[in-house]
Amino acid sequence: MSSESFDLTREESDVGGFGDRLARYVFFSCALVTVLTTLAIIVVLVNGAIDFFAEVSLVEYFTSTEWDAINETSFGIWPLIWGTMLITVGSAVVALPVGTLTAIYLSEYADPRVRRTVKPILEILAGVPTIVYGFFALSFITPILQTLFPGTGTFNAAAGAIVVGIMIIPMVSSLSEDAMSSVPDSLRNAAYGLGATKFEVSTQVVLPASLSGVLAAYILAISRAIGETMAVTLAAGMLPQITTNPLAEIQTMTAYMVQVGTGDIAVGTVGYQSLFAVGLTLFVMTLSMNIFSEWVRARYREEYQ
Amino acid sequence: MTANGSQTVSTADSSGARSDAAMTDNAPLGSPRVDDAVIESRDLDVFYGDDQALHGINMDIPEHKVTALIGPSGCGKSTFLRSINRMNDLIDIARVDGDLYFHGKNIYDDDVDPVALRRKIGMVFQKPNPFPKSIFDNVAYGLRVQGKDDDVEEQVHTALERAAILDEVEDQLDSSGLDLSGGQQQRLCIARAIAPDPEVILMDEPASALDPVATSKIEDLVEELAEEYTVIIVTHNMQQAARISDKTAVFLTGGHLVEFDDTSKIFENPESDRVEDYITGKFG
Repeated sequence: MSSESFDLTREESDVGGFGDRLARYVFFSCALVTVLTTLAIIVVLVNGAIDFFAEVSLVEYFTSTEWDAINETSFGIWPLIWGTMLITVGSAVVALPVGTLTAIYLSEYADPRVRRTVKPILEILAGVPTIVYGFFALSFITPILQTLFPGTGTFNAAAGAIVVGIMIIPMVSSLSEDAMSSVPDSLRNAAYGLGATKFEVSTQVVLPASLSGVLAAYILAISRAIGETMAVTLAAGMLPQITTNPLAEIQTMTAYMVQVGTGDIAVGTVGYQSLFAVGLTLFVMTLSMNIFSEWVRARYREEYQ
Repeated sequence: MTANGSQTVSTADSSGARSDAAMTDNAPLGSPRVDDAVIESRDLDVFYGDDQALHGINMDIPEHKVTALIGPSGCGKSTFLRSINRMNDLIDIARVDGDLYFHGKNIYDDDVDPVALRRKIGMVFQKPNPFPKSIFDNVAYGLRVQGKDDDVEEQVHTALERAAILDEVEDQLDSSGLDLSGGQQQRLCIARAIAPDPEVILMDEPASALDPVATSKIEDLVEELAEEYTVIIVTHNMQQAARISDKTAVFLTGGHLVEFDDTSKIFENPESDRVEDYITGKFG
């Protein structure tokens, strides 16, 4: 070691100088952009919605079962919520079982080589533009449904639900697989040591132990299905109605917003302002789901040593 | 530690326990044939990929006794333990050569179902690993998996009692096993292992993560368990082996069984100089 002494005072040293402090502000500004954007979105939505509810009563909005805001005749949100729910529940029925079983396969059964190949492929599925899924529904799923059920319309809720379900499978399987892989091997060994089979270890030990992560994945995927737009606009149609027939045309909240946003409704009219009310409703729904997902994850997390 | 395989042979040779050094490569010194052996290991080799973790292990483990496997870290004692209930099957790169007989049946025969084997040979691990389930469900798990849950309430109570933890948890059977202290968790794991009534219990350093009080409770328990079960316990604590075991196997140098005999003999008058060095703390 040299006998030279090091100067540790801030003024004299080059360490952590101006560049370092500048970096901090650059990073902070970038983080700020996303926060400000979110705030701006909320302000815009709330402002527009306030204008809308100045014309239309909240009571009508939440009690009427008719929606025809474009012609400014009826403003009951339920047909749109119903359409969104049909798609959401239908897609969950498709995606949750398939996604969970895929995750169990990848986490517990698949050879590490297979896992390293299949997981990225699944994640590529998540990167396909949603409009492509919409065309896939229109040109492939709907014709099959029409063959099976002759009364099926060109636009129908079932095709939308199925294609959104396919779309969110990677989200369910990938996040669930992450949760399952993080279950410590000591638990698997404990079960194997008691003479459990691989199936029993997977379903009775790994799945319950990773439940918080798996449920969080479910909720995030469902939240994604609620907010999904292009695929359902293309596949499920634009007819707001409360129907229990999955083969009938419906309209989701998102599809309605596309219709208004791309249509020729004059800015400032009640029809135009309905866009903000529906948008705010949708925002509150998905935000609640995401918060709920975080709560579930925190509430049901098991702490392992 | 620079000892290697060839030194092992020369040690074995110089001690004069067997006349033919070439034939007794890796054979443990003073290894008596046991008439009531429940597990017989014959020339057992275990490999992890290209690394050989065990070299030609020959050992007869007697019934209803405590057999301790001791030796320095990396000597293969845990590997040997895990090959008895085929837990090594779960490691992709593990490969086993040689024979291991359980009641005369080679458990590495193709027709042996490792799941069925593990129902006869229970295991307790180094770190307590209760399931994130209730205390009751932890103990009941093996019973349910094995379809022995006709009278699950009573069996769970019996197992907890035998594992000397019933008094401490009797009022909180529905609370999570993870809420217990480390020592309690390990006794819960022992209760879980004995609940389905296996014949053999393998213990992989069951007290190494515990404080002295919890350790002494586990030790008392091990001695009691030997009345009904065959216990094979891995430990790197020589005093523990001396206190609780009837037989002791000393593994040294990268997977060789150097000496296997009555515990008193191993600790008072071992055949091998290297075992004596290890026991007296000169290395390892």
